[in-house]
This record gives sequence, C-alpha cells and structure tokens, in this order.
Amino acid sequence: MNVTQEHLREEFDAYVASDKKIEPKDWMPDAYRKTLIRQISQHAHSEIVGMLPEGKWIGRAPSLQRKAILLAKVQDEAGHGLYLYSAAETLGVERADLVDDLLSGKAKYSSIFNYPSLTWADIGAIGWLVDGAAIMNQVPLCRCSYGPYARAMTRVCKEESFHQRQGYSIMMQLMKGTDAQKEMAQDALNRWWWPSLMMFGPSDSESTHSSQNMKWNIKRFSNDELRQRMVDMTVPQAECIGLKMPDPDLKWNEEKGGHDFGEIDWTEFYDVIAGNGICNKERLEERNKAHDDGAWVRDAAVAYSEKRKANKQR
Amino acid sequence: MDALLRLGDDALVLAQRLGEWCGHAPALEEDIALTNIALDLIGQTQSYLSLAGSLDPDAPKTDDELAFLRSDREFKNLLLVEQSNGHFGDTIARQFLFDKYALLRAEHVAQQTFDMDAAAIAAKAVKEIRYHADHSSKWIIRLGDGTSESHSRIQKSINDLWKFTGEMFAADEVDIAGSIAGLLPDLTALKTQWDEEIDKVLLEATLVRPEDGEMKTGGRTGVHTEELVTMLAEMQVLPRTHPGASW
Repeated sequence: MNVTQEHLREEFDAYVASDKKIEPKDWMPDAYRKTLIRQISQHAHSEIVGMLPEGKWIGRAPSLQRKAILLAKVQDEAGHGLYLYSAAETLGVERADLVDDLLSGKAKYSSIFNYPSLTWADIGAIGWLVDGAAIMNQVPLCRCSYGPYARAMTRVCKEESFHQRQGYSIMMQLMKGTDAQKEMAQDALNRWWWPSLMMFGPSDSESTHSSQNMKWNIKRFSNDELRQRMVDMTVPQAECIGLKMPDPDLKWNEEKGGHDFGEIDWTEFYDVIAGNGICNKERLEERNKAHDDGAWVRDAAVAYSEKRKANKQR
Repeated sequence: MDALLRLGDDALVLAQRLGEWCGHAPALEEDIALTNIALDLIGQTQSYLSLAGSLDPDAPKTDDELAFLRSDREFKNLLLVEQSNGHFGDTIARQFLFDKYALLRAEHVAQQTFDMDAAAIAAKAVKEIRYHADHSSKWIIRLGDGTSESHSRIQKSINDLWKFTGEMFAADEVDIAGSIAGLLPDLTALKTQWDEEIDKVLLEATLVRPEDGEMKTGGRTGVHTEELVTMLAEMQVLPRTHPGASW
C-alpha cells in the first residue's frame, strides 16, 4: 500500500466510523467492494431462487384473494432481485455476470430455498418464519455504510414486513380451521423452524466474515444476537395461535430475559451449504432451464433494439 | 349471468396460465410484467364472478365458489386462453390475440348503461388491458422483427393459435341477447376493429396474417380442449380436498 492509498484508507475508516454513507464514486478499499458485491449479489440470487418454492403454489392457492396476494408477493421478490442487482452494479459489476455465477453454481444463495414447499401451510411458514428471519437480518442493513445497498434495503424491508404478515395470516387462518388444516400448519412449522434459525448463519465462534464487516458498518449485530431475537419474537406468536414449537429444550430464561433453545443441527447446516440439500440440484436446474429457454427472446430483444438504433442513424 | 361468467372465466383461466410463468421468464423484468398482468386479471375475475354470483338471490354464490367448485363443463372461457404456455412466443401470441379483443370488449362494456356494475368493473379493466395490449404488441414486434429465429418462432405461434380466434367473434344466443340488451358488443363490428388492430401490429412486426381456416369453438358452451380439465385439477385441489374449509 503506498502513502496515498494508506491516507485514503484512513480517511475511509474514519468516515465509516462516523456512520456516514459511502457512495458509488467514493474511494473504497478493494476488500470492502468485494465483500459488498458478494453479499449484495448473494442476496439478489436468494430473492430469485426464493421465487421458485413459493411460485409453485400460485397455481394451487386456495382462494382468489390468496392467489392475488401470493402473486404480488412473488412479484415483489423479483423486484427485490432487480434492485439488488442494480445496487451491485453500482460497484462496477454487470448483472449478466452475476447471474452467470449463480447459474454455474459458483455464487451462493440462501440455503433455506433448498428445502421443499410441500403443502399450502408451507407458504404460511415461509412468509412468517423465512421472511421473518430475513427481516431480522435485513433491518440493520438499512443502516449499512454503503448508500445504494442501505436505500435498497429500506424498501425491501417494508415489503418483507408485509410478506411476513401474510404468512402469519395464512397460519392463523389454518389454526382456526379444520383438524386437517391445523395439522398442516403444525407440520409446516416443524419442518421450517430449524432451517429458519439456520438462516442467521454459523454461531459467532465459527463466523468468518463477521468482525471486519462489523467494523465497516455492513453488519451491526452478531449472528447469535439476531437468532436470539428471532426466537424471542416467534415463540409468543406461535403460542398465540396454538402452535407448538418443535424444540423440547425451549424455555424462558428469566435471568437473561430471553428463551433458551436447543442446539441447531450443524451437520445439516453445512451439508445443505455444501450442495446436499433436498432441492439444491432442482433449484439450480430450474433456473438454468429458464435462462436457457429465454436466450432466444433476449437475443431478439437486443437485435430489434440495434435495428432501431441503426434506422434512426440513417 | 352467462355473459358475466364469460368475462370472469376468460380472465381467471388466463391468469392461472400466466401464474405458471412466475420465476421462469426470459428476464427478471418479464417475470414482473407477466405476474403483474396475472394480478390484474385476478382482480377482474373477482369483480366479474362476484357480480355473476350475486344475480340469483335464491342461490347466491361467492367468486371463490364459482372459481373453485365448478367443473370444466361449467367454465365459459374461450379455448384460446386455456391453451398451455408453450414457449415465451406462444404465451405472447396468445396474450396479444386476446388483449386486442379484450380491450375492445371492455371498452364497450365500460360505456354501456344496461348494467352499471359491469360498466364500473370494465372501466377499471380498460385501463389495465391497455397496458397488457401495449406489452404484448411490443413483444410481437420485437420478436417478429428481431432475429430470424425469433421471427420464425413467433410466426409459428400465431399460426398455431389462429384457429382459436374465430371463437371470439362467433356470436351465439348469449352474445346476441347481450348485444340487444346493450351489455355486450356487436361481435361483427368488433371483428372489423380487431382485424385492423391485429393487421397493424403484424405489419410492423414483419409477420404474415394467417388465412382463416377451420375455427375451433366450444369454450363458451363448456366444451373445452384437454388443457382446461388438467388446469382445474391443479387450481381447485385444496378447496375440493377440504370441503367447507376457509383459507
């Protein structure tokens, strides 16, 4: 690092430490840029892959109102993907290259979407728990040091909180319904609860990116702090509608003012990340097929626009 | 009631088809566009079917009962809208042929005074369908005048679906009664306008309008292609498996 760079680096650190926003044209360390590209694009990929498990239930939504709500929700996810890719592009990368990394399996997306959506109650559980965990992770990002990401997250979080409410509303309605509906809701909670807690990432002692990201104001709270908040928020919501939490070790701890809860199955966690989840292969194949099937359409759109440009110049 | 079912079922069946695209479109922007159109159509469905279900005070039905508990023989949609998605060009061709018709029909329903409730629904729908028709027309032009592959693909899509366009203008007793009362448009006049609109876009897209051959009909009287019954099996599975349940 030469003197100028060192000086820039010091200025940058001081600027970020004073809680100010970095904008696309500002100087930033390469590692900061790389971390943000990785995080924002992974987030965008997660939105896009996340459309698949829920999209499968649009056709089977049990009422017109639920169908409209689910369509709007999955459409929101596409919108989130779009503006997150745009936020990543402000860091000097192209959306097409980021998408290629997703399709080739090089880039990661949230492991939660490698679990299958088996019943209508899964749509409730995904909204309530998965979007719930996402909000928990993302609200602090609205104060992230990188301006375009922080602003994108402000909008994403507003929509995600609607998503969470629609998920909870599905669960609430099921728990007011027939025995079969109640069973469906409980079964979905049983299957989605632990994967949702895994969404906060490895425990603090194992987390590799955390400390530098904290210093850069990209991350504000530790994985375990956020996971604890998720548990404390969800338990009373489940109790309120008569759902039983699938954790025998769960109990209120008066001293810490929060719940104690059981140990996450970390073998499963690392196994799904490594690509061995129930749907890893299917999700990527589905995205690849959509991309390949659409190639002729994208080519046509480019060819048409070039013809128009050429005609104008003539 | 049949006239309203036709309006509602066209929208519902097409929305159900468009929903299948979600997450699979050629670009993210199209995922958003196609789901947006599906959303508009679900809204139209809710309005038209609620109105249709309220017409018989002795046996009122909700929009959901009409959508989820009727058999394929009771659905009154056009055969065109139930055709499977195929590739993106097939979906766009189906949308384009339907949008141009749906817009003219909704414009008429919005202006008539026989049924003011239907007029209010159609007035809102007109604003939406204008966007749909703009979207599908632009894609017809892009694909027609894009690459040689896209040109031949979209030409084939239009050729393949053309046999379902006659049904839109084949007036039966419901159309004639509806037209005399004022609720529905005169389909002969509508056809002339539709022809003009279609020809204009096809010309710009450098595509050839297919010859009118044998036209397939039956949807309006509940005799559908094999596509619909499979679609309804998926769409209606939960309300049929859990009778009386609320969602």
